[in-house]
Amino acid sequence: MDHPIQTDYLRWIVLLPLLGAAANGLLGATLQKKIGKWAISLFACAPVLISFLLSLKALLDLLALKPEERFLIDRLYPWLSLGSLHVDVAFWIDPLSTVMILVVTGIGGLIHVYSTGYMHEDKSYWRYFAFLNLFTFAMLLLVTGDNLLLMFVGWEGVGLCSYALIGFWYHDHVNTRAGNKAFIVNRVGDFGFVLGIFLIFWSLDQQGHGTVVFREIEKFASLMKGQEIWGVGVVTLATLFLFIGATGKSAQIPLHVWLPDAMQGPTPVSALIHAATMVTAGVYMVSRLHFLYSAAPETLMVVAVVGMATALFSATIALAQNDIKRVLAYSTVSQLGYMFLAAGVAAYGAAIFHLMTHAFFKACLFLGSGSVIHAMGGEQDMRKMGGLRHAMPYTFWTFAIAVLAIAGTPLTAGFFSKDEILWQAFSSPHSSPLLWVLGVTGAGLTAFYMFRQFFLVFFGECRADSHTRAHLHESPKAMVMPLVLLAIGSIAAGWIGLPSIFGGSRFAEWLEPVFGAHHEAHGPAALEEILMVVSVGVAALGFYLAYLMYYKSRLAPERFSSLAGGLLYRLFYNKYYIDEIYQFFFVGGTLLLARIGAWIDRYIIDFIVDGSAKTTAFISWFNGLFDNHVVDWLVNKIADTTFEAGDKFRKVQTGNINGYLYVILGAVLLAMIVKLRYWS
Amino acid sequence: MTENVLTYMTFFPLAGMAAVLLLPSKSHNLIRWVAALFTVPPLLFAVWLYRNFDPANPGLQFVEKIPWIPAYNIDYFIGVDGVSISMVLLTALLCFLCIFASWGIEKGVKGYFALFLLLDTGMMGVFVALDFFLFYIFWELMLLPMYFLIGVWGGPRREYAAIKFFLYTLFGSVLMLLAILALYFSSEPHTFDMTKLIAQSGKYGTEPLTIWPFDQWRWGFQHIVWMALFIGFAIKIPAFPFHTWLPDAHVEAPTAISVILAGVLLKMGTYGILRVNFPMLPQATADLAYYFLGALGAWNIIYGALCAMAQKDLKKLVAYSSVSHMGYVMLGMATFTPQGISGAVLQMFNHGTITGMLFLLVGVIYDRAHHRDIDGFGGLAAVMPVYTGVTALAFFASMGLPGLSGFISEVLVLLGAWQKYPILSILGASGVVLTAGYFLWTIQRVYLGPTNEKYKTLPEINGRELFTLIPLGIIVIILGVYPHAILDLLRSSLDQINQIVIPHLS
Repeated sequence: MDHPIQTDYLRWIVLLPLLGAAANGLLGATLQKKIGKWAISLFACAPVLISFLLSLKALLDLLALKPEERFLIDRLYPWLSLGSLHVDVAFWIDPLSTVMILVVTGIGGLIHVYSTGYMHEDKSYWRYFAFLNLFTFAMLLLVTGDNLLLMFVGWEGVGLCSYALIGFWYHDHVNTRAGNKAFIVNRVGDFGFVLGIFLIFWSLDQQGHGTVVFREIEKFASLMKGQEIWGVGVVTLATLFLFIGATGKSAQIPLHVWLPDAMQGPTPVSALIHAATMVTAGVYMVSRLHFLYSAAPETLMVVAVVGMATALFSATIALAQNDIKRVLAYSTVSQLGYMFLAAGVAAYGAAIFHLMTHAFFKACLFLGSGSVIHAMGGEQDMRKMGGLRHAMPYTFWTFAIAVLAIAGTPLTAGFFSKDEILWQAFSSPHSSPLLWVLGVTGAGLTAFYMFRQFFLVFFGECRADSHTRAHLHESPKAMVMPLVLLAIGSIAAGWIGLPSIFGGSRFAEWLEPVFGAHHEAHGPAALEEILMVVSVGVAALGFYLAYLMYYKSRLAPERFSSLAGGLLYRLFYNKYYIDEIYQFFFVGGTLLLARIGAWIDRYIIDFIVDGSAKTTAFISWFNGLFDNHVVDWLVNKIADTTFEAGDKFRKVQTGNINGYLYVILGAVLLAMIVKLRYWS
Repeated sequence: MTENVLTYMTFFPLAGMAAVLLLPSKSHNLIRWVAALFTVPPLLFAVWLYRNFDPANPGLQFVEKIPWIPAYNIDYFIGVDGVSISMVLLTALLCFLCIFASWGIEKGVKGYFALFLLLDTGMMGVFVALDFFLFYIFWELMLLPMYFLIGVWGGPRREYAAIKFFLYTLFGSVLMLLAILALYFSSEPHTFDMTKLIAQSGKYGTEPLTIWPFDQWRWGFQHIVWMALFIGFAIKIPAFPFHTWLPDAHVEAPTAISVILAGVLLKMGTYGILRVNFPMLPQATADLAYYFLGALGAWNIIYGALCAMAQKDLKKLVAYSSVSHMGYVMLGMATFTPQGISGAVLQMFNHGTITGMLFLLVGVIYDRAHHRDIDGFGGLAAVMPVYTGVTALAFFASMGLPGLSGFISEVLVLLGAWQKYPILSILGASGVVLTAGYFLWTIQRVYLGPTNEKYKTLPEINGRELFTLIPLGIIVIILGVYPHAILDLLRSSLDQINQIVIPHLS
C-alpha cells in the first residue's frame, strides 16, 4: 500500500475531456461556422470515448492485481508546498473511484451522443459541448484527485459547469435565476467543505502529520481521535463540515432547493449532471472518507437522519408535481436521500451500489423525458400529454424498464440496490427498525409517483392540442440508442450486486479493499427474505394505487388531494414553501445587511470625513477672519505703537554723553541689585 | 549594467516623462507610443530580475547603496527580496498594459502620459527603497501625479474624489512621517537604513507608557509607532473605516488609473506593513496583529462584500470588491504561518491581476455605453460574446474559483487563519459565499437575460482592449494551476519575516 504502482495514463482519462472543452470553447464558434456541427461533435465525443476505454483499461489493470493492492497513481507535479502542507496534482484510482470513472465516462459518453441529437438545432451547439466536456473533466478530477484540495477543484468545477448549463438559454431570466440559485446554494455547501479540509489538516498538523492526501489521512486518522475543538470531537466536527458540502452538492435538506430549479437546463444536462453524476458527488465524498465517518457515530446519525428525511420529504413533493422533469428532479433528491441513508448506517458499499444503478435508470428516465419533450415541441406539463406509447415505442419501452427499476420491481437493478439499502438500514450496527419502516414507506411513495407519471404520459387519451399531436414522432437514432443501452443497464447493473441470499455480491467484494470486510449475514436469511417481500409488497401497493387513479380512473386523485382540507396537497404542491422562506430570511436578510453597509459608508463614515473636511475649511475661514481682523490688527497696532514709541524715544537721543552714561549706570546698578537679590 | 538594474528600472519611466515633455503636444500618437516604449524596459528588467533572483536566499538582492545626504545618514539604498520582486513585477506589467488602456485619452495627452510615467517611477521606487527617507520620498512622489490624474482626467465628481483621496492619504503620510522620525531618533546612531532599523528592533521600548490615554492600554513606544505606521498604511489598503476614499476615487478615475490604483497602490499598504511594521516592531506586531490585521481583515472581507452587493454602479461594485479582497491579505498576514503569509502576498499579486482585469473590463463597456449602471444593461452576452467570456473568467477568478489564481491565495489565507483563529477563518470563508452572490447577480443583470434594445449594436471588444486583458487572463490561469511560479519567490523572505515576529507571540 505504501508504494502504489505509478502509471502515466490516468492523467489522460481526466485531461482528454479538458482538451475537448478547450478546443470547443476557444475554436468552437469558428468550427461550427466553417466546418459544421459534426466537427464539434467529434471534439466533444471522442475524448470521452477514449477516456471510457482508458477507464476500462484501468479496471483490467486493477483486476490483475491482488485485491488489497488494487490501486494506481499518476503523479504530475507538486501543486502547493508550503510549510507542512504538501499537495500534488496527482490522480489515483482504487476500486471505488473505478466505479465512478466508469459511470462518468460510460453514462457520460452516452449522454454526449444523445446530446448530438437533442441539441442539434441549437445555435450555441459548441458552447453546450464545451461545458459538457468541461463538466466531464471536473467530475473525473473530483473522483480521481488524490487529495481533498484537488477533489475540491473538481467539486467547484462541476458546480461551475452546472451553473453554466442550467442557465444555458440565458435569454430567459427564469433560467439564469435557476443557475444563480444552484451556484450560490452550492457555495454555501462548499463553505462547509473547505472548513472541513482546514480542520482535518490542522488536526493532523498538530500531531506532526499535516496532510490532505486521502491515503495519508486514512493512515493517520487514528491520531485525530480524542482531539477536541470548542468541546466537540475534531472528527465529528470535520465530518459534519464536509457533510454540509455534501448536502449542497447532493441536494439534501436543507440545501436541496436548487436541484428542482436546475431542471431549467437542457434535458441531457439534467440527466448527466443533475441525476447520474454530479449530484452523487456528496455520496462519493462520504464514502471516500468512510474511515472518518465511521469514527464519528454522531455524524453518521446525522447523515442517516438527513438522508431519510430528504428521501421521504421530496417523495411527498413528487406526488403533487405536474411537470415531467420536476417529478424526476424530486425523485432524484429522494433517491440521493436513500444513498445517504445507506452511508449513514455505514453501509458505504450499498450507497455506491445504489449510486451506480440509479445512474442508469435515472439517466434513462431523464433522457426518456427529454425524448418526450422533444416530441411534444417543448411541452413539459404531464396534464397535456397522454397516450404517447403509440407514437414513441422505443421511448415508451425504455422508460417502462426504468420505471420498473426505480420502483424496485424484483430482478431489476433498482430492486437489488434499494433492497440492499433497506436491509442495511434494518440490520447494520448503526441502524434502527424505524429507518427501515420509513425507507419502505418512501419506496411505496416512489412506486406511486413514478407510475403516476408513467400512466399520465404514455397511457390514456392524448391531451395535447392537435398541432402537437400531428407532429408526434419517435426521436432520432442518436437519441434512441443511448436510451436502449441505459435500459439494458437498468436491469443488468443490478446483477453484479446480488443480495447475499442469492449468492453474494460481486460488487461488495470489489469494494471490499476500500470499505473493509462486507458486513455479511448480520441477520438471519429468512428475515432478509421477509423484509424483502414486505418492501416489494408496499411498492406494489403504490403501483396499484397509481394504476387505479391514472390508468383505470376508478379512483379520483381528488379524494387524496382534498384530505385535511387540501392542506397537505398544497404543502406538497408548493414544496413546503421552503423557497419562499429562504427567499425572505436569507436572501432578504443579506440584501438588508448589504444596504445597511452601504448606508453606513455613505452617511456615517463619509459624514465624518466630509464633516472633518468641512470643519477644517471652516476653521481656516475663521482663521482667515482672525488673521485679517485680529492678527493683522495686532500687527498693525504693534507697528503703529513701535512707530509712535520710536517717535517718542527719539527725544531721548539728545546727543548728551552724560545723559547716556547715567542711563547705562542706572541699568547696570539695577541689574546688579536684581542679580544679588534673586539669583544668589 | 546588471549591478544597477534596479536603478535603471526605477528611473526609466522618469526619463520617459522627460522625453514625453519634449514632444510637441499636438502629436498624440507619438506621445502614446513614446510612453509605451518607456514602459517596456522596466518590464523586461522585471522579468530579468524574476529569472535571476535566487529564491533560496532570504536576504536582499541586487542591492545598491550610495551615500546621499551624509549629514543625516541618508543613503540612496535600494534592493529587492522575494516580496518586493513580486510587487515590482506586477507594477511593471500593469504600467505597460495601462499605457494601452489609456489610448483613448484625448484631453491633455502630453500631461497625462508625463504624469503617468512619473507615477510609474514613484511606485517602483516604493517597492525597491530600503532607506526610510527614500521610501517616504517615493511614497509622496506617487501621491502627486495620482492626485492630478484623478482630478484632471477623471469623471464628473473628479475634484471631490481627488481631494478626498489626497486628504486621506496626506493624513496617513503625516502619521507615517512622525513614525519614521520617531524610529530615526531612537536608533543609535540615527539612521533611516531599514536593515539597520530591523537589526535594532529589540531596542524599541515596549514598557507601558503612562501618557494619557495610553496608561490604561499597556502600550509602549513601539505600539504607538506601530499604530501610526499602521494607520498610514491602512488608508492605502484600504482597511475599514479608512476605505471610503476608494469607491469615489475609482469611480471618478479614468480606467487605466483605476487599474493602477487597485492593482498597485493598494498593495503598498500591505507591503508597508510587511516590510516595516513586522520586522521593525515585532513585539507590537505580535500584540496587535489579531485585532488590527486579523479581525479587521475578516471584517473587511464581509463588510466590503456586503457593500459591493448594494452598489448600482459597476465600477463601484468592483471597487468594493477590492476592499473585500484586500481583507484576505490582512487576515493572512496576521497568521504568522507559512501558508497564511504566503497566501497573503500571493493574494496581493492575484488581486492586482484580477482586479486589473475587472477595471479594464468595466472600462470597455463604459467606453461604449457611456454609463456603468448595472441595471441599465442586460443580455450583453449575445451582443459581445468574447467580451462576456473574458468577463466571466475575471469574475470567477475574483470569486475564487478553483483552478484560477484567486482560489490558491484565498484558500492558503483561510487555511493559515484556521490554525490561529478558527473563528476568523470561518468568517472569512463565509465571504466567499457573498462574493459569489454579488458577482453572479451582476453577471445576470448585465450580461444575461433578454438583450437590451439600446445596445443591440455595441461593437465587440477590440484588439487593443484584448491585448491589455489577455496577458492578465493567462497569468490568472497559470497561477491557479502552478502557483509556485510566485510562491517560490516568496518563501524564504517570508519565513525570515515570520521568524522575527514569532518569538514575540505570547
